[in-house]
Amino acid sequence: MFDFLDGYDVLGAFWMTVKLTALSALGSLVWGTLLAAMRVSPVPLLRGFGTAYVNIVRNIPLTVIIVFSSLGLADIFGVTMGAADDFKVQGFRLAVLGLVGYTSAFVCEAVRSGINTVPVGQAEAARAIGLSFSQVLRLIILPQAFRAVIGPLANVLIALTKNTTVAAAIGVAEAATLMKKMIENEAQTLAIGAVFAFGFVVLTLPTGLLLGWLSKRLAVKR
Amino acid sequence: MSSVLYDTPGPRAKRRYVLFSLGFAVLFALFLWWIWQTMDDKGQLKWALWEPFTTSQAWTTYLLPGLVNTLKAAAISMVIALPLGAVFGIARLSDHRWVRGTAGTIVEFFRSIPVLLLMLFANELYVRSTDVSSEDRPLYAVVTGLVLYNASVLAEIVRAGILSLPKGQSEAAMAVGLRKGQTMSSILLPQAVTAMLPAIVSQLVVIVKDTALGGVMLAYPELLNERSTLAANYANVVPSFIVVGIIFIILNFILTSFASWLEARLRRSKKSTGAVLSEDTVEVNPAAVRGGFGSGAGGGI
Repeated sequence: MFDFLDGYDVLGAFWMTVKLTALSALGSLVWGTLLAAMRVSPVPLLRGFGTAYVNIVRNIPLTVIIVFSSLGLADIFGVTMGAADDFKVQGFRLAVLGLVGYTSAFVCEAVRSGINTVPVGQAEAARAIGLSFSQVLRLIILPQAFRAVIGPLANVLIALTKNTTVAAAIGVAEAATLMKKMIENEAQTLAIGAVFAFGFVVLTLPTGLLLGWLSKRLAVKR
Repeated sequence: MSSVLYDTPGPRAKRRYVLFSLGFAVLFALFLWWIWQTMDDKGQLKWALWEPFTTSQAWTTYLLPGLVNTLKAAAISMVIALPLGAVFGIARLSDHRWVRGTAGTIVEFFRSIPVLLLMLFANELYVRSTDVSSEDRPLYAVVTGLVLYNASVLAEIVRAGILSLPKGQSEAAMAVGLRKGQTMSSILLPQAVTAMLPAIVSQLVVIVKDTALGGVMLAYPELLNERSTLAANYANVVPSFIVVGIIFIILNFILTSFASWLEARLRRSKKSTGAVLSEDTVEVNPAAVRGGFGSGAGGGI
């Protein structure tokens, strides 16, 4: 019944999707949190930079960013991400770079909305005992903010999982690339579509359920 | 000073902030200088590469038709997805378990699959089972993918919009003897629509951005695809990306600004019940909603 799968590395393609997702999620969590810290900082120039970054990057299609990373960054500027000789590794790393740059804008907005959920009194009390801005942010605000934004961050993570398919545009061998190849070569369009749809449901459904449960469990009860 | 995270700065803190600002400005200027230098090194600043954008030919032959195709695909998708989404959103709130369950499964299924897969699949389906001409096929495939995905996202928006209304609205409607259909069509929907408008406009941004996928993967001649034709003609890859990027930023910025203007306006107006959904309230709310097993969300990205 599943003989149309013979000769195709479906699991390998989905493993590539998982790797893209995991690395990009890690990168955009770090960069997105930094951006959020910039957007709430007392230094006007940092705030301006954070705001500009988010508004610009959010409005460019991810496809434009990923294709540019390959045709512009790599081909014209010679940004090879330390893999000049291996085209596959280079494509993968460029895709991660593009995904991190794009997703961090959304992570930033989620974290910033979490900062807004922390009661004003907390920050005032922290300042009253003499903590500096970075101490207030690191010790008091961000730990509570993160527990409040697990839900929204889960949404970003699920969207990121689906967005990794855009890497197909620069030939990274992930799920969408393989599906395109398979439905062009094999006759069972519906079955192939179902297999790949199922794969994404398997990836996103547990993530949503697990993080949804976590967000309820860890939310600071007020 | 509006933030609660720091005090209004005194003279010392002010001096420190100025110092930080200067430090950051210097670093950022160095970064920009480095980019400028690299572009110069690679010959990307030559006027010959940028000149095409000052002539009308580059715009009338490539960029404007591309932009029109982008907007066309987005508009058609929106017009089809909106009523479809409304139907599914209302169906998810049905009293009948099988209607609720079926609609819920369909919505959750299409929401958890990447748009690109839907587009590729639709494209192949049109090749095999229909006689849509190969000229129209990319547009059909792009619209199909966008409609399936965004209708299910819009269904969630509609559902959140209806649920955001106070319970007293439908109770009052029942009390004066309206039937379920009447309650929905003359009491709940009209109010929900005003609450949903900002979220719907924000979703348009997502649709506009996703058309670019059709350009790369299905050769639909939208803006990003026309860019490559243009770059092949004038050999100006980097400038063409910058110009196309700016067009997308301006277009989507107008839509985003319109959405937040609408949101602020609706919040002020006295006609609605005061509930207004922005893109994040939609995503946060459904967790508490009955019947949903909340999975593949992330509609706003």
